[in-house]
Amino acid sequence: MLSVVVFLPLAVAAVVLAVPALRGRAALGAWIAAASADLVLVAIMWIGYRGGLGYETRLRWIPTLNAGYHVGVDGLSLPLMALTAVLYLLCAIYSLRETTRVRAYAALFLFLETASLGLFAAQDLLLFFVFFDLSIVGMYFVIAGWGHGERARSALKFFLYTFVGSLALLLGFIGLYLGGEPHTFDLVDLTRKPPFAAAPGAAALVLLAVAAGLAVKTPTFPVHTWLPPAHTDAPAAGSAILAGILLKMGTYGFARVAMPVLPGAWQRYAWVVVAVGLVSVLYGALVALAQENLKRLIAYTSVNHMGYIVLALGAAGAAGGATGARELAVTGAVTQMVSHGLVTGALFLLSGVFWDRARAYDLGRYGGVAERAPVFARLTAVAAFASLGLPGLSGFIAEFQIFAGVIGTGLTGAVVAGALAVLGILITAALFLRLLHRVFLGRPGELTPLVSDVRGHELGAIAPLLVLSVLVGVVPRPLLALIEPASAAIVSFLTGR
Amino acid sequence: MSAILVLLPVLPGGSGAFLAVAGRRTRGFAPGAAVAVAAVTLVLAVAAAVTRPEVSVPLFAGLRSGAAIDGLSAVMAVTVAAVTLAVLGYAAGEMRDEESRGRFFGLMLLFAGSMLVTVTAADLALLLMAWEVMGAMSYALIGFWWRAPERVTAADVAFVTTRAGDLGLYLSAGVAVAATGSLGLAGLPDAARPWRDLAAAGIVLAALGKSAQLPFSFWLSRAMAGPSAVSALLHSATMVAAGAYLLLRTQPLLAATGWAAALVSWTGALTALALGAVAVAQRDLKQLLAASTCAQIGFMVLAAGAGAVAGGAAHLVAHAAVKSLLFLGAGAWLAALGTKDMGELHGAARRFPLVGVAFAVGGLALAGLPPFSLWVTKEAVLAVVADESAPLHLVSYAAALLATAYAVKAVVAVWLPADAATRHHTERPGTGRVGLLERLPMPALALVAALFGLVGLPAAFSGWSRLAGGPAHPGPGLAALLLSGVLAVAVALAVRVAMPLVRRRRLAAPGVLREWLLLERGARAVVWRPLVALARALARFDDRVIDGFVGSVPRVGVGLAALTRRRLEKPVDGAVRLVAAGAAGLGALARRPQTGQVHTYFAQVAVALLVLAVVVALVV
Repeated sequence: MLSVVVFLPLAVAAVVLAVPALRGRAALGAWIAAASADLVLVAIMWIGYRGGLGYETRLRWIPTLNAGYHVGVDGLSLPLMALTAVLYLLCAIYSLRETTRVRAYAALFLFLETASLGLFAAQDLLLFFVFFDLSIVGMYFVIAGWGHGERARSALKFFLYTFVGSLALLLGFIGLYLGGEPHTFDLVDLTRKPPFAAAPGAAALVLLAVAAGLAVKTPTFPVHTWLPPAHTDAPAAGSAILAGILLKMGTYGFARVAMPVLPGAWQRYAWVVVAVGLVSVLYGALVALAQENLKRLIAYTSVNHMGYIVLALGAAGAAGGATGARELAVTGAVTQMVSHGLVTGALFLLSGVFWDRARAYDLGRYGGVAERAPVFARLTAVAAFASLGLPGLSGFIAEFQIFAGVIGTGLTGAVVAGALAVLGILITAALFLRLLHRVFLGRPGELTPLVSDVRGHELGAIAPLLVLSVLVGVVPRPLLALIEPASAAIVSFLTGR
Repeated sequence: MSAILVLLPVLPGGSGAFLAVAGRRTRGFAPGAAVAVAAVTLVLAVAAAVTRPEVSVPLFAGLRSGAAIDGLSAVMAVTVAAVTLAVLGYAAGEMRDEESRGRFFGLMLLFAGSMLVTVTAADLALLLMAWEVMGAMSYALIGFWWRAPERVTAADVAFVTTRAGDLGLYLSAGVAVAATGSLGLAGLPDAARPWRDLAAAGIVLAALGKSAQLPFSFWLSRAMAGPSAVSALLHSATMVAAGAYLLLRTQPLLAATGWAAALVSWTGALTALALGAVAVAQRDLKQLLAASTCAQIGFMVLAAGAGAVAGGAAHLVAHAAVKSLLFLGAGAWLAALGTKDMGELHGAARRFPLVGVAFAVGGLALAGLPPFSLWVTKEAVLAVVADESAPLHLVSYAAALLATAYAVKAVVAVWLPADAATRHHTERPGTGRVGLLERLPMPALALVAALFGLVGLPAAFSGWSRLAGGPAHPGPGLAALLLSGVLAVAVALAVRVAMPLVRRRRLAAPGVLREWLLLERGARAVVWRPLVALARALARFDDRVIDGFVGSVPRVGVGLAALTRRRLEKPVDGAVRLVAAGAAGLGALARRPQTGQVHTYFAQVAVALLVLAVVVALVV
C-alpha cells in the first residue's frame, strides 16, 4: 500500500509522457486525478495506522551494501506525507491555467511528489538519499524551465548549493554505514543499535557531515542564501512545493536520522544546534523585515520558521531537561513542519497572484489592493496572521509547544534561548503587518489597478490550505495524537530508555 | 453544566467569525443578528455566573487546558457580556448601511468572545490564545477604515505594542511547564524560585502592555482611530481591562514574589498620576477619555499590587459602565456634530439632553464625585493602599484628584452653552441627529455608573469581597469617603471656575503632556528605528558577506581553473608537444632512407655490412 502511494505519481508521470493524447488540460486532469488518488490513499493510511512502524515493506536491493528497499510510516512521517499529498494536489489545482509545456510540467511535479513521499517513507539511508537528490534534480528543472527573472542562474545556484549539501549528507551516511555493526544502511537497525557508541570523535565528525547536509536543505543560518533567489524566480507552485515540502526534508532528516542514530553526539552538541536555531530565528526575522520583495520576504520568514524547529530539536537533545518538555518541543517541531507547509505554501501561491497580474513582487509598487481584490486581501490576511503565529491557526499550536517545551526543559541555556526566540514572533508580527499595510491597505499604488481578485482555481488551491491551518489551530488533538508517540520515541532514543 | 461555559464564548465567537467571513451578504442582517447574539450571550453569562461550570480538555501531551468560572470571572463575564450588548446596540444605530457592517459586527463579536475566554481561562495556554486573538481583533477594529493609512498605522502600533507585552505570557507558560509540569495558573504562587519570579515577570509584562500602563500607554492614544463603538468596548470591559483582570487574578503570585506586587503597585499609581495629567492636557474629547482610561486602569493595577482585589474588581466593573457610556456619548456627538474637539463641543449636551445627562452622570462618576460609583470603588482601593505604604497612598491620592480635574473638564466643556466661536463639523460632516438605538443603551449604563457605589455599603462589600476573592479587607471607611468627596467637590469647583479663564487667556498645556509624554516618539526612537536599522544592516550583510562568500566560491573555482590552464596546463601541454615533435622529427628522419629505389638499398646494405664487419673485427 505504501509503495503504491509513493510510486503512483511516478507511474502516472510516465503515462503522461508516454501517451501523446494526454496534452494540455488532459495532462492536468491526469495530474489532479493522480494527486487526488494519492491523497485518498494517504488518508486511508492515516485512519488505518495503529502505532509503531506501519505499512512496512522490506526488500533486498543492494545486498552487498546491506541497503534495502525499506519503507514504513510512523507518527513522524505520516503527517508530512499527508501534507505532501495535500500540497501537491492543491498545486495541481493552482496550475489549472498553466499553458507552457503542460505535459512536462505535470510529469515533473508528479515525479517530485514521488520523490517527496518516498523520502518521508524511507527507512533506509541510501533510499533516503536517492529521494533527497531526486528532489533537487526535479526542483532544478521546475525553476529553470518554468521560472521567471534570472531563472537559469537561480536554478543553477539552487542545484549546486543543495547538491554540495547532499554530498556532505552522503559522506555522513557512508560514515554511519561504516560505523554500524554489522555495516548497514538500514535506519531501523541503526536506530536500534546506534553506531559509534564508543567513539565520540568519529560520531562528532559523522554528525557534522549529516547536519551540514541537512542544514543546507532546511536551510539554517548561514547556509540559507540559495533560498531567496530560488523562491523569487520559481513559479508559484514550485515555490510552494519548495518551501512547503522540500525544506521539510532537512528538518525531517534531523528528527529521523541525526537524533535517533547519533543520540550521543546529538546530546553532546545540542547547544550548538540550539545556537544555530536561535540565530536562524532572529536573523531570518530581521532580514525579512528589511525586504522589499514579497517573495524574498516570505523566503526569509521560512528561515525564521525553520529556525524554531532546529531550536526545538536542539533543546530536546540537551541532556538533563525534563522529559515531558523535551517531548513537547519535538511535537512542536513536527507540528511546525506541517504548519509551515500549509501556511507558507499558501503565502507563495498568493504571491503568485501578484506575478500573474502585474509581473512584480515589489511591495512599494502596490497599495490598497483590498479595494480591488477583497477576497485576495482576506486570504492573505489570514495567511499572514497564521504565519505570525496567531492562536486559532496552526502556527500558534506549533510555536507555543516549541516555546513551552524549550523553556519547560528547565535548563538555564534553554530558558535564555527560548526567551530570546520569542522575540522572533514579535518581529514577524511587525513585518507581516507592514506587508499588509503597504500592499493591501491604505491608498492605491502604481500597480494596484492591474490586480484583480483571485480566480476560481486560485481560491480552490489556497482556501483549503488556510482551512486546514484553522483546523489544526482549533482542533489540534487528532494531529498531535499522531505525532506525540513519535516524539516520545525520539526522546527515548536520546535518553537511552 | 459545562456546555454553558463552552457556549458562552463560542456563540459570539462563532457567529462573529461567520459574519466577518461571509462578507457583503450579511450586511443587511448583521446588526440585528449581532445584538441578538449579544443578548443571548448575556443570558449565558448570567447562567454561567450562577451555575459556576468548569471544563477541561487535554490540549498537549500531559497538559490539560480548560476554563472555570469562579467569583471573579463570573463578575467579569457578566460585565463583558453586558457592555458588549450595550455597545453593539449603539453600533447598530451608528454604523450606516454603506459600511462593511458584516465585518464590523463580526469582529466585535469575536473581540467580545475572546475576552470571555480570557476571563474564564484557568490556564496559561487558553488564556494566551484568547489574549492574542483579542489583540488581533483590536488590530482589525482599530484599522477598520483601512483606506486611511494613518488609521492602519494606528492599528499596527496597537498590535505590535501589545504583542511585545504578550511575549511575557509565552515566557510564563514555558516557566510554568518547567516549574509545575502544568500550564495552570493556580500552582504558580507555590513554584520555587526563580521560576516564580520569572512567571510573575512575564505575566506583569503582558498585563502592563495590554492595559496600556507605563511605558506602553501610547498605543491607546492611537487606538482612537477606530469607530467610536470600538473605543467604547476596547476601553471598558475588554482589552485594557484584560490586563487589570489578569493582575487581579494572579494577585497571590504577585504577593508571593514580593517585588512584583510593589512594581505593579507603583506602575499603576504612577500611570494614574502621569496619564491623569496627560488627560487634563487634552483638547480632543476622545483623547482625554483615552488617557483617563490608562489612569483609571492604573487604579485597578494598583489594587492588584496592593492586594485590594475586591476593590479593584469593583472599580473595574464600575469603570466599564462609566467609560463605555462616555465613549458612546462622545461617539454620538462626533457622528451628529462632526467634532470631538472640546473647544467646539459647547452646547452639545444642551442640544441632545439625554446624551448630555447620561454623559454628565458618567463624567461625574469618573471624577470620583459623590455619590457616584467610582467615588466609592476608588476609595475601596485607596483604603487598602493607605495601610500598605504612605508614599504610594500620596501618589494615588493626587492621581484621584487629577481624575476629578479631567472628568469635570470634559463635562463642563459639553455643557457650556454654544457661543459664536463654536464650530461644528471640523472633522467630518455631522448628521445632526442621534438615533434611538444610539440613545437606548445610555440610560442603562448611566444607572450602573450612578449606583454601583452601593457595593461599598458594609454589608454589600463583605459579600462582594467573598465573590471577588483575594485577601480580606474592610470596605471604604466613612471618614475617608467624606474626605475624598469633599476634596473632589473642591477640585471640581476649581476646574469649573478656571476653565473659562484658561479659554480666554488661551493657555495651552505643555507639549509633553499633550503628546502623551512623547512615549510613542520615544518607543520609535529607542526601539523601532534601531530595529529597522539593524534589519537593513543585516540584510546588506546577508547579501554582501554571506551570499557574497557563496558567490565567491564559484568565482574562486573559475579563477583557479584559469590559473591552472595558464600555469600548469600550458607547460604540461608544452612537454607533450615537445615529445610529439621529437617523435615526429625522428619519424621524418627514419623515413628518409625509405626511398623505394633498389640501388640505394644496396648501398645501405653495403654500408651496414661494412660497419658490422668493423664492429666484429674490433670486438673479437
